[in-house]
Amino acid sequence: MPPRRSTVRVHIHPLGDTALIAELGTRLDSALNTRAIALAAALKKRRDVHQAVVGAVSVTVSFDPDLISHDALGAAIRRLATKRPPIEEPGRLHRIPVVYDGPDLNQVASSLGVTPRQVIELHGRPIYRAFLIGFVPGWAYLGPLPDELVLPRRPVPRTLVPAGSVAIAGRQTGIYPLATPGGWHLIGRTSVRLFLPDSDPPSLFRAGDRVKFFAIQE
Amino acid sequence: MTAVLRVQEPGLFTTIQDLGRPQAVASGVPPGGAMDRFAHTAANFLVGNDRGAASLECTLVGPHLVVESPCLIAITGGDFVPRVNGLPVEMWTSIRLAREDRLSFGGRRSGARAYIAVAGGIVGDRWLASMSTNIMAARGGMHGRPLTDGDVISAGEPPAPAAADRALAPELLPPYAEHTLRVIAGPHVGRLSPDAREAFYESAFVVSPDSNRMGYRLAGPHLETSGDDMLSFGLVAGAVQVPVGGHPILLMADHQTAGGYPVVAALISASMPVAAQLAPGDEVRFAETSIDAALEMRQAQRAWLESLRI
Repeated sequence: MPPRRSTVRVHIHPLGDTALIAELGTRLDSALNTRAIALAAALKKRRDVHQAVVGAVSVTVSFDPDLISHDALGAAIRRLATKRPPIEEPGRLHRIPVVYDGPDLNQVASSLGVTPRQVIELHGRPIYRAFLIGFVPGWAYLGPLPDELVLPRRPVPRTLVPAGSVAIAGRQTGIYPLATPGGWHLIGRTSVRLFLPDSDPPSLFRAGDRVKFFAIQE
Repeated sequence: MTAVLRVQEPGLFTTIQDLGRPQAVASGVPPGGAMDRFAHTAANFLVGNDRGAASLECTLVGPHLVVESPCLIAITGGDFVPRVNGLPVEMWTSIRLAREDRLSFGGRRSGARAYIAVAGGIVGDRWLASMSTNIMAARGGMHGRPLTDGDVISAGEPPAPAAADRALAPELLPPYAEHTLRVIAGPHVGRLSPDAREAFYESAFVVSPDSNRMGYRLAGPHLETSGDDMLSFGLVAGAVQVPVGGHPILLMADHQTAGGYPVVAALISASMPVAAQLAPGDEVRFAETSIDAALEMRQAQRAWLESLRI
């Protein structure tokens, strides 16, 4: 069977003279994220590419302009991105125990017009995908969240969110690996460590992994 | 490995830095490394090191160091008025130090970050393939923290016997005093209103006090952006992002690895050393340039550095 050409349109924008971003789309989409992961993996093998970082539906590429021009790398990326989409290999599955007693649980429930118990049930139902790792060490943007749980982020971010907090915002969920500021709704907490400074790579999750939450009592 | 320098006073914020750990970005770990790669590389080349050897990055106030064993050093970057045994010494020049010599700094004349390289390269803790200090993770460099009184700094075996009094001609330095940062328009420049776009290029911005190795907050006109929330994407040092508040942030070496705010511009690599030397209160402007012009400036800087390599 000849390779099937896909209709993915790639938008390439420079980030200064030594990096670029290749956007594969604008909506949270597992198939596009799979393409982004495959594209980053292919780019990392190139001698003229220093680093390729997976975004939700994009790849940010740092390259050596002595070895390749912005335009030539852009053309190579378009060729790679329009190849037949890779057969998705299921990422590793992580099962994360959560104590659902977050400070925002009741507020989230009343904003959504459901009970806290329903929030817990809905949050634990899907197998989420780790779209990208970033923001702080070990953080993963997980999604998509069930439609019933979609809320805008808090109007005023907290100055400090405790490490291990399980949170939701928009169509995504995540776990704060470190105590940092944050604007997401805190619905629970977990004792699973996401940032593993003495491992290499130092993040429990990798882009493309799958994550399932389950409720536990303290 | 030899103990070369003992810390008598650490200065404001002195850390061990090399060229960072770009591969760790995929795990959300900031790339880190020297903020001013030109100054870091020049200091290393002047003492015969590879560009990737670790140096000391001194912020705004330099340390006082006592020499434990004879060594060859070079001081580059911001001018903090370096002295050896109380007498002024040249910057951007290799200097031979004897045991018990005292290296100190008299004050800040210009710039924000001075670099001290030692022949053989400073040896710090290695974390994820780099000796750069990461404060958040408390890893790398001097046990993941800035220097403190009593620390002893070690260096490796000098790779080649380098000479004292090797210097970089002053006319070959980046234009540190010219606080115009050259940028290429960013992927989300279209989210700026026409007025905001004009304001971005026509106005002066002031580096705010809560600026650090992660990034600089820039005070100036409010820049209005429009459009829906964006999905997160990977970031690079030099990116200028505009959060909801409308005040741009210039990302630097310890930047967050991903974000979702519009990136309206990104610095060209030749302007990064100039940005690294900005201190809180300094005024900056942005000027748009082309990729071709950026690459020419990059080549020129590279050629000047290569002229120092032994």
